[in-house]
Amino acid sequence: MRGMKPYLAIFSARFRMMMQYRAAAIAGLWTQIFFGLVMIMTYESFYGSTKQTQPISFAQIVSYVWLGQALLALLPWNVDSEVRAMVRSGAVAYELCRPVDLYSLWFMRAMAWRTAPTILRAVPMTLLAMFALPLLGLGEWRLRPPSAAGGLGFAGAMVCALLLSCAIGTLMNISLMWTVSGDGVVILLTALVSLLSGMIIPLPLFPDWAQPLLRALPFAGLVDLPYRVYLGNIAPSGLPSVLLRQLLWTGALVLVGRWLLARGMRKIVVQGG
Amino acid sequence: MPPQIVVEDLVKTYQIAMRAPGLWGSVRGLVHRKCRELRALDGIGFSIDAGELVGYIGPNGAGKSTTVKALSGILVPDSGRCEVRGRVPWRQRVEHVAEIGVVFGQRTQLWWDLPVIESFELLRDIYRVSPARYRSASDELIALLDLAPLLDVPVRQLSLGQRMRCDLAAALIHEPPVLFLDEPTIGLDAVSKLAVRDFVRQLSRGRGVTVILTTHDMDDIEALCDRVIVIASGRVLCDGSLDDLRSRVSRERWLTVDLAGDEEVSDPQATIVRREGSRLCLSFDPLEISPAELIARITARHAVRDLFVENPPIETIVARLYETTEAARFHAEETETACAE
Repeated sequence: MRGMKPYLAIFSARFRMMMQYRAAAIAGLWTQIFFGLVMIMTYESFYGSTKQTQPISFAQIVSYVWLGQALLALLPWNVDSEVRAMVRSGAVAYELCRPVDLYSLWFMRAMAWRTAPTILRAVPMTLLAMFALPLLGLGEWRLRPPSAAGGLGFAGAMVCALLLSCAIGTLMNISLMWTVSGDGVVILLTALVSLLSGMIIPLPLFPDWAQPLLRALPFAGLVDLPYRVYLGNIAPSGLPSVLLRQLLWTGALVLVGRWLLARGMRKIVVQGG
Repeated sequence: MPPQIVVEDLVKTYQIAMRAPGLWGSVRGLVHRKCRELRALDGIGFSIDAGELVGYIGPNGAGKSTTVKALSGILVPDSGRCEVRGRVPWRQRVEHVAEIGVVFGQRTQLWWDLPVIESFELLRDIYRVSPARYRSASDELIALLDLAPLLDVPVRQLSLGQRMRCDLAAALIHEPPVLFLDEPTIGLDAVSKLAVRDFVRQLSRGRGVTVILTTHDMDDIEALCDRVIVIASGRVLCDGSLDDLRSRVSRERWLTVDLAGDEEVSDPQATIVRREGSRLCLSFDPLEISPAELIARITARHAVRDLFVENPPIETIVARLYETTEAARFHAEETETACAE
């Protein structure tokens, strides 16, 4: 465990710093509740207007939406502001002066950057969606608890989703070594990630021709696959293949990230005198 | 004992994309980009023994920071040899950086939102310093740099001088035998500068840490360094003691005279550097005229209240050295090439 010490120290420092942003999380919570309700109302009218059987039931869609709102911050949709500031100011020089594996260091940063805000939002969001909505007479629109098998499988799949998200996020941070500001990459990736992961529209509702593509890309592992495990839309017997897909993608993206970082370090020109 | 730092014939060229001005220029830049090559290092070489405190000076853009970055393993040079304690910095980065401390004066390595002590503890974990060693090292640094009142303050609330003291301590938590200081006194007030200087002196004399110090403040150099390396346009101009540097540029001495009256003074073998009221500063070459002779001649002709002979300030020497290379700087090999995108 001694080898892990520097990485755990960075994780814990960054995590504690991120946990200070409670006010932002609370403010975001209200926006997300509003957003979740609008999405549910849209799906309700959509389901009411068709007689065809959909690949996913309305009750499942509702839970899917709330899970998405609760776990929104886990999506790799932005670059780490601290890394961006470091690259811009040239303080990244200090980061390169540490006797640690830089990729692992940045991966741990990404992990803290994703988990802290997720915890701040997920807990109150789940409580509200699961228990407060029925009290308001909106029981149809509530987040339903999972089966025991679904819940356990979901926990495992979410751990893998976190790793996958960190691998994508670290890749985005590494791209800052070329673009400096990272705005272009962020705009492109935000759009791609939120659409292709299922955060905007659950993936089962995409047309049939798009399904092979969605299955081939890594993004379903962030949202769609774990949520469908929770809902039971993917049976417990399908869990191993979900985990395998997530982990294979994570491994591949880690390799790409390491390769890019090694190249970036050879060409890096630290800004300023 | 082999030298701690060996640099031989180090070369680094930066590609600088040039953007033509105006809208049309930026459109054209999309398809056809002009690149300028800038030789930041053009065959730098020196070697430094354990425990030396070396001043590394040169005008802006001379390649000082580039050298420090190459020595710290951050930057990979194009060619040449560079070894610190027997290791090539960028090839054995992790082992190398565990044995060096670095301070970039214009940036901080402390965590902006954390109290100072937490930054130290983080660095302890990152450098895998044992609790016992950390305690003795941090106690000593806190005492030497007078950091006790600052430890609980978040870094963003520190003044520049306080922050620099904390940054110095942060660079030394892991007790590195080699320390690179890149402009550690930049922007500091007089008191903070003295504190930084005293500390660096103690570190070098007391603990035998090898220090490379880049600075624009010649007082830093005079106060601290036995040896100075002057570089310009990526080349070493001069490498030796301060006296060597002086004698290379000129033999000139200055005689400052406080006159009783305010009459004109002139001497065929001395030139007036400046005059402020009754105080007069004359420059002369001690090989042409001995100081005693000049003083005798002046006191014979004028009523003198006080006088003293000194070396011209090191600033003047260095400025002169830079001027002589300024011309060369404009002719530096900045070739324009069209680079394929």
